[in-house]
Amino acid sequence: MEAAMGLMRRIHPKHTETALSALLSLLPHHSSDLLSQLDQPLQVLCDMDIGKEFILCEYNRDADSYRSPWSNKYHPPLEDGQLPSPELRKLEIEANDVFAIYRDQYYEGGISSVYMWEDENEGFVACFLIKKGKAFKSSESIFVANYAVTLNDCVCGEDGSKSGQGRRGYLEEGSWDAIHVIQVGPEEEGIAHYCLTSTVMLSLTTHDESSGTFSLSGSIRRQMNMDLAVVEGHLCNMGRMIEEMESKLRNSLDQVYFGKTREMVCTLRPPAEVAQLRLPDS
Amino acid sequence: MADEEYEEVLSDKQKIEIAKWFLTNSPPGEIQYVAKDVRSVLMNEALYNTACVEAFPVLITTFGELNKNEYLDPRTAQVAIVDHVKQVCTEVRHATDEELPSPYIEEFRCALDAEIVKYVGEAYPKGICSVYCTNGKDVEEPGFDFEFVMLISAARHSPQNFCNGSWRSIWKIEFKDDLQIIELRGTLQVGAHYFEEGNVQLDANHECKDSTMLQSPEDCAVSIANIIRHHETEYLASLETSYLNLPDTTFKDLRRKLPVTRTLFPWHNTLQISLNRDITKEIGTGK
Repeated sequence: MEAAMGLMRRIHPKHTETALSALLSLLPHHSSDLLSQLDQPLQVLCDMDIGKEFILCEYNRDADSYRSPWSNKYHPPLEDGQLPSPELRKLEIEANDVFAIYRDQYYEGGISSVYMWEDENEGFVACFLIKKGKAFKSSESIFVANYAVTLNDCVCGEDGSKSGQGRRGYLEEGSWDAIHVIQVGPEEEGIAHYCLTSTVMLSLTTHDESSGTFSLSGSIRRQMNMDLAVVEGHLCNMGRMIEEMESKLRNSLDQVYFGKTREMVCTLRPPAEVAQLRLPDS
Repeated sequence: MADEEYEEVLSDKQKIEIAKWFLTNSPPGEIQYVAKDVRSVLMNEALYNTACVEAFPVLITTFGELNKNEYLDPRTAQVAIVDHVKQVCTEVRHATDEELPSPYIEEFRCALDAEIVKYVGEAYPKGICSVYCTNGKDVEEPGFDFEFVMLISAARHSPQNFCNGSWRSIWKIEFKDDLQIIELRGTLQVGAHYFEEGNVQLDANHECKDSTMLQSPEDCAVSIANIIRHHETEYLASLETSYLNLPDTTFKDLRRKLPVTRTLFPWHNTLQISLNRDITKEIGTGK
């Protein structure tokens, strides 16, 4: 299991899906561990009742069906599939509406879905998902079925907002998948404990005649814990935490992670000015 | 291919395929780690060994490859026998005359090698390079075509800083006797992997071509080296540009730093936002 995690840390992010299905087939008895500990690119399905797409994950899955946040129905239909309580469903509907606006303002496109369910200790768990851009088609399907998608009828690869191309015209192909899972503890004296685990998986590729193909991809995962007053409601608290976390993740990807790969390129082949400076010494 | 029933029972052959896939897809400089993990995931020593042997006809020295694990070093006229996963050379022997180019070809190759060594020494702090004759190595006099491949490889591995990277240039150099020209085609590949609390990889590649006059071995070598220097310097500059464009353009296309409204999202006042949204929708001024 440790070795499997090690491999996933080293393998190229664009091969995540292939690598995961490879490991699932090699280690079938570890499949639930693998699926819960490894994040995989998000898949999308179309809610036929409403005509709107929703995101699939472990949290809205029951057997081989996935619950749509729009109609609250399982696709493909599932009798007695798990549903949140009416009260929680109300919050879920509100969260989906508000989060869609949030997503629009930051992402200018994409799809979002929010799922909630009760947990054992009187609190609840919420999962906020955002998918933007084109999905990678795993071209190297050298083995076994792709685990998550056995529903071949209507798997939509794109978010329908032509954002895979990028409105500023520089992006050849890109994707951003964000997964935020928040555990909300029971309310005590007006205060609740929130534990947020966020993962962002992204890839971007630019291409032009003079500079060829340039592609960066990666994933990072972080956690954040907070005790907050519930005066303004859970949604407000969860939203702020997610917004802060997303900005942090975006910044570290931009500044730290991309910066490090750039530094690496410059150590491999220092730019001319640096090379010139070195010359007199040698 | 995609049949769930087979999920439980993988054949040995499938397992070897999987192991090979992981090995050939490992980031620069990390193959030992990947191999170690593959070994423990596989839980079968014999399969692991087969996978390792089969996984590596594709390393950077395919041009100098004589055999699955024998490589010619044209500069020293030696043949190295290599264990790919351990990345060590297990044995060295002298190349036989049949394995080496003719004296006429060797004159061109040797002159070019010297110029490229000079250039790589200046431009790449940890670069290594080699020039192989890939076609027409037995040509003995003017009047025939021949072809070289020139490789530059620079790698930096610092696992303690969670960072690995490699730069690889492959230049195919065709000497065309009938037209008295030399045609060059370059493929430049750059990769970097940063994995402290995450996993981020850069992949960049670029193709270019150029040509020059066929002259004496020494003059050819100088002009070829100049062409290569020029293209590689330009490419480095364009990589820099790509990085500079990242934050404001490319990355912004995926997710903005701030919302279109340029203020943090008003979570406390969501009713207001949905009203506003309906209004903008109606007026049709979205975005």
